[in-house]
Amino acid sequence: MDLSTLIFFLLAGLLVISSLLVVFLRDVVHCALALVAALLIIAIFFVSLHAPMVGILQIMVYAGAVMVLFLFVIMFLNPTVLERPRALWWSAAGILALLLGGLLVPLFFNHEPPGDPVASTELFGSPEMLAKSLFGDFVLPFEIASVLLLVAIVGAVVLGKRERSAP
Amino acid sequence: MMPLNYYLILSAVVFAIGVVGVLIRRNLIVVLMSIELMLNAVNLTFIAFSRYLGSMVGQVAVFFVMAVAAAEAVVGLAIIISVFRQRQSLDPQDMQILKW
Amino acid sequence: MVTSNLTTADYDLLRWIPLIPLLVAAFNLFWGRALGRKAAGVLACAALGASFALAFFAFWQLPSNGMFRDLIYTWIDSGSFKVNLAFQVDALTAVMLLIITGIGFLIHIYSLGYMDHDEDSIRFFVYLNLFVFFMLTLVMGDNLLLLFVGWEGVGLCSYLLVGFWYRDPSNAIAGNKAFIVNRVGDWGFLLGIFLLVTELARQGVWTLDFVELQKHTSMLSPQVIGLITLLLFIGATGKSAQIPLFVWLPDAMAGPTPVSALIHAATMVTAGVYMTARLHFLFSLAPATLSLIAWIGAATAFFAATIALTQNDIKKVLAYSTVSQLGYMFLAVGLGAFGAAIFHVFTHAFFKACLFLGSGSVIHAMDGEQDMRKMGGLKAHMPTTYWTYLIATLAIAGAPLTAGFFSKDLILWQAFSHGAMALWAIGVITAGMTAFYMFRQVFMVFHGECRADAHAQAHLHESPAVMTLPLIVLAIGSIFSGWLGAPEYLWGSRWDVWLSAIFAQPEAHHDSATAEIVVTLLTLGVVAIGIYLAYLKYGRASERSAQQDQSDGLFYRLSLDKYYVDEIYDLIFVRPFTAVSRFFAEIIDPWVIDGTVNGVAALTRGFSQVWRGVQTGNVQHYAMGLLVGTLALLAYYLSQS
Repeated sequence: MDLSTLIFFLLAGLLVISSLLVVFLRDVVHCALALVAALLIIAIFFVSLHAPMVGILQIMVYAGAVMVLFLFVIMFLNPTVLERPRALWWSAAGILALLLGGLLVPLFFNHEPPGDPVASTELFGSPEMLAKSLFGDFVLPFEIASVLLLVAIVGAVVLGKRERSAP
Repeated sequence: MMPLNYYLILSAVVFAIGVVGVLIRRNLIVVLMSIELMLNAVNLTFIAFSRYLGSMVGQVAVFFVMAVAAAEAVVGLAIIISVFRQRQSLDPQDMQILKW
Repeated sequence: MVTSNLTTADYDLLRWIPLIPLLVAAFNLFWGRALGRKAAGVLACAALGASFALAFFAFWQLPSNGMFRDLIYTWIDSGSFKVNLAFQVDALTAVMLLIITGIGFLIHIYSLGYMDHDEDSIRFFVYLNLFVFFMLTLVMGDNLLLLFVGWEGVGLCSYLLVGFWYRDPSNAIAGNKAFIVNRVGDWGFLLGIFLLVTELARQGVWTLDFVELQKHTSMLSPQVIGLITLLLFIGATGKSAQIPLFVWLPDAMAGPTPVSALIHAATMVTAGVYMTARLHFLFSLAPATLSLIAWIGAATAFFAATIALTQNDIKKVLAYSTVSQLGYMFLAVGLGAFGAAIFHVFTHAFFKACLFLGSGSVIHAMDGEQDMRKMGGLKAHMPTTYWTYLIATLAIAGAPLTAGFFSKDLILWQAFSHGAMALWAIGVITAGMTAFYMFRQVFMVFHGECRADAHAQAHLHESPAVMTLPLIVLAIGSIFSGWLGAPEYLWGSRWDVWLSAIFAQPEAHHDSATAEIVVTLLTLGVVAIGIYLAYLKYGRASERSAQQDQSDGLFYRLSLDKYYVDEIYDLIFVRPFTAVSRFFAEIIDPWVIDGTVNGVAALTRGFSQVWRGVQTGNVQHYAMGLLVGTLALLAYYLSQS
């Protein structure tokens, strides 16, 4: 087994462990940290797959901004609820999730893998290429996405406002 | 690098773990985090295919997914804050009024 | 095969003959109240007058072998099947037109007086005009469907007019009875029309126009024609009150007397006879049906006459008399003597209308009393009514040189000369009975001492001129209208000549004048016996105190109670039918139908109660649901590939 394969399996294992930690840790803050780890590992995968721009974005936006937001809210709310494990529900969920994975896998194997990846240029995954696609073929979704973000901001502000008590 | 299927299987596993998280946890914030996990699994799939097919479309898709996920996380958290103010709780089971 | 070789011409005025009464009816319906009762009535009479003038004008211009047509528009145009709203007037229709508009006009004038005190008289004139419209449509329609429209319409108006004084429930019931019994007949009529259309269509001919039908009906098989004519005749028994569907006519006397005169004597009840005459080419091809018609006609004539012998209500006697005379008409039809049948329609219209209007005059004077046992001696108080009534009675009995003499004897001669001896005998005996019961009526009502109480006696008066003038006109008609159809040995028949183009073969076998005279004298003898017997029992002073028929004999009771026909029908038809209806209304409807509908609702509710539980309100449960669904889809997709 060569180096790249080894690194792949290592990172894959870490990712899976991080995900499990996100789901099964008690303390919310610990979960958030595990999620950050998972996001970073995914960013590494992105870079390894010749998508450096997206990878950087993943770190900046996702691991950076979004997770910080999460942590803000956690600290703001300071929840201290203890959850009791529920055997029936947990086992049902577990089985179904296994099924899901189990079904997805053959799905992937049903189709012939494309074999070797298509030869790509230096520019593949670079900001130039991304920008070309984004502002070329996908300019309309881009504009709509910006409107979406505006709406989200407005919505969040409105929802988060504290109720003013009657004077 | 690796055969495509490895990435897809990895993605499927992470996705399934995210699903478990959504179903099991009694803390809304953790549920939201599990959703983010699911979205990232899908992003991984997109990027893998983009690499193997040599098409930028996958990366553009991821771009958009990220934007939407960010917006969704923002609004979702705002809702969680709102609900917490009302019910002083983050347990989904404490929010069952909208039933039969 | 009777072919039609009439010359046709278009005549746009025809449509106004039925249209004027219709328009006036509509006008009176909406604005009659504004016009006032008297003016509305006069307007209605004027409408009839105008119609009569137009009808007479058309008649005057019509050659006996000619036909006028007036196409208004195409009503049904479906593939090859075409039915027009078109009127046609040939010699036959012209006769009917004159009767309807002429006698209708006189009756309208009479009604001005008769209904003068009635608050609802506007409604009366509306209905009456509407009736005339429908009757005219019936006789003027150029196809069987339009005839049927008129057929139904007159049935409707009959219902409306019989139940005119609806506040008394028994009148409303009588109206219902008239309409429902007619409906039974109409069922047969409709089946006949359907069969005719489909059987002709099978041969490639799609039509209901009379002219076309006459050309093509001979291509149908005899059995089919027999069935069609039988079904059509069932319709005729309903409308023209023959056995077995005559039961509505006596009850229809609940309506005002002008109604009885117009509808149940002169016009509507003759529609059946007209229909068979109009379709004579079809009926001529069905000898079995014709034989049946003749026997039913004769039986009805006899049967109804026996009932009329004992009736005490002045109008009931006339009602059964009408049924009996209609029987004569159908007897003629059954013998193939269509011209003779229509001739009797013509003369009967005059004297029967005169009799009914006369009885109305009597009832009017008696302040509503209709029981003849309480009358008597009215001759002195109402001479005009008496003399016209006597003339009409002589006509109906068949006294020499009156209208009824010519028409009735023509029918009896037809029976005799065709060799139908049994039918002829029945007809002669019935003629005797007719004379008896009509003169019984005359003696009971007008002769002898007045049996009414003092209050009523003080009230007795002759009717106003508006009522007696029509009586006089009709009485004159009762004599002279028959002179158009005299036998050969007198001055010959203009009637036959007039209708010869339509009915083609000459019917009256007037070859043996001697035999005819002998037969006529025989009939007159029987009639004279009848009159004399009536005089013996009711006309002489010594019997007057015993006017009440005290006899309790079996025949008397059977006759008085009309052979319990209504009661029998009630037992056989009405009660089982109501029982079935009640079963459906009380059991099937609430339990089965409502049960099913409510059951479906309850089932739905039950299901929804169960499935409601899915909405727990817990978001994670919903997510689980999503997951299960996704898995199912995945599994399905995998199984497919």
